[in-house]
Amino acid sequence: MTNCRLPPSTTDVLTRLQSGELSSADAVRGCLDRIRSEDDAIGAFLSLDESAVAHAEAIDEKRRRGEPLGKLAGLPIAIKDLICTRGLPTTCGSRMLENFVPPYDAHVIERLKAEDAVIVGKTNLDEFAMGSSTETSAFQLTRNPWNREHSPGGSSGGSAAAVAAGMVPLALGSDTGGSIRQPASFCGVVGLKPTYGRVSRYGLVAYASSLDQIGPFAGDVYGAALQLEAIAGHDRRDSTCINRPAPAYTAALDQPLEKLRIGLVKEHFAAGLDPEVEAAVREAVGVYESLGATVHEVSIPHSKYAVATYYLIAPSEASSNLARYDGVHYGRRAEQRGRSSFSAAAGGRFEEVEEQEKELRPLFAMYAASRGEAFGAEVKRRIMLGTYALSAGYYDAYYLKALKVRRLIRRDFDRAFESVDLIAGPVCPTPAFKIGELIDDPLAMYLLDIYTISANLTGLPGISIPAGVSSSGLPIGLQLMAPPFEEERLLRAGRMLERDREGRQTEKLVTEK
Amino acid sequence: MAASLSIEQVAKVAGLARLKLSPEEQAQMAAQLARVLDYVEILNEVDTDDVEPMAHAVEVTNVLRDDVAGESLPREAALANAPKTDGECFLVPPILEHD
Repeated sequence: MTNCRLPPSTTDVLTRLQSGELSSADAVRGCLDRIRSEDDAIGAFLSLDESAVAHAEAIDEKRRRGEPLGKLAGLPIAIKDLICTRGLPTTCGSRMLENFVPPYDAHVIERLKAEDAVIVGKTNLDEFAMGSSTETSAFQLTRNPWNREHSPGGSSGGSAAAVAAGMVPLALGSDTGGSIRQPASFCGVVGLKPTYGRVSRYGLVAYASSLDQIGPFAGDVYGAALQLEAIAGHDRRDSTCINRPAPAYTAALDQPLEKLRIGLVKEHFAAGLDPEVEAAVREAVGVYESLGATVHEVSIPHSKYAVATYYLIAPSEASSNLARYDGVHYGRRAEQRGRSSFSAAAGGRFEEVEEQEKELRPLFAMYAASRGEAFGAEVKRRIMLGTYALSAGYYDAYYLKALKVRRLIRRDFDRAFESVDLIAGPVCPTPAFKIGELIDDPLAMYLLDIYTISANLTGLPGISIPAGVSSSGLPIGLQLMAPPFEEERLLRAGRMLERDREGRQTEKLVTEK
Repeated sequence: MAASLSIEQVAKVAGLARLKLSPEEQAQMAAQLARVLDYVEILNEVDTDDVEPMAHAVEVTNVLRDDVAGESLPREAALANAPKTDGECFLVPPILEHD
């Protein structure tokens, strides 16, 4: 039995849908069959949309009548369970939101529906997107379809695994520190993090608001381009969403970039980088050279500070964002057992911070008990870290200091992009690690985010493109980064590599041991 | 210098974060947070005098829109996910009378 197969090509599925050879209802049934047969072993999905087939039939009917259809007409898509879907559970992988059913759609969901995509289900993730392995989900593990002993990466591990296992051709994820690009690399699919502000975050449950961005997964570059085309653009409900037209990313996709100048960051090729990952990256860069690109060494002197900067800024924003889970408006509330049980349950330590607000103590105790029982270890860790970094006496030393270093990292990238069009490098220092390997060592897990978090700190777009397979049979991705709003350049460059590899695509089957 | 966090400090931060932690969690948190705080000390190597903090990747300010009334969530929808309501309001534990 195998869990991995060549992900369906979006172009093929779309062509068959358009020619009438395949109905959307059959495409969706095919996805559901595949999910039923494979997902017990993989664990990519947290819930399925019971009405997906009916939606697909409605689109088939529109097509029969010759009515105008959207760009994604009839294509099945999976959604990371951090993105609000009206009437469909949105758990964020947390006990806190186990029963939460959003009363509204995220902007990206409205866009997908307007383009006639069919949502098949919601995918597993690290709790509130905090993690790099999908192991911090409160509900289930997700396994890497290439080798089930290994992690699919995270936090959007369910979306990446669903595409890699051929369960859906398309999926949305979100990327705060690498949560699209790293699982895309681990699962051998395409994953893109757009420029900060390119896609509206309205309806994306907030983790670190200045870093979060929604983006696509697909088996091919075309699928990523098509999804981005559908979801990019202005939305006034997210005031950080930039009012700037989104290009038709699919239009010039097959046109190779000429006189491409590729930068390699010298600090990226240092101790800790797995030799097989380095070899795959260098081989991919060689493909670009054979297609006429020139390669230049660039330097990001402050890159060694990126992880420290990120793990102050992201938890600080998280501690603020997650303050909304108070057990009042939505989410879990700890059971009250008797009148004063909350105070007792919360312990005496709360008295000192509540000295002036004694009459509010039962309420504070209810908050603390609810949050204490509903959040998992990693979420608690980040809330604590962020609360500490923002607390009186530490704000300047930690949070403000990190914001200043963040600007220095951005300046390094701006300088590098004066002489190159793209920066190429690894996505993660290693191929997919084993499930359980790093979960008890948070800092070691954080350090693996070294190559991806700069794009979030700087706001720059980045893409992971399948670039090779390790000797142990695990995929390796190539990361490309570009100046702000140059997603089209990333996609066209990604397509160049994909086209080169299409000729020598080998069967990507992993047999069960 | 290795950072260290006392259980009292952990308990204080947990109070600020409204997060109930068990004694085991407090001990584990003290050790794990100390390691991360120790690691982030490397930022002190960086000279950040005269560097403006960068709060956002794309610096847009004063995003304004016309003050037009829009639709709001109907009350039933707003209350639908609440753990305790009376059908009109969110219910919280009593705060004015207690032990």
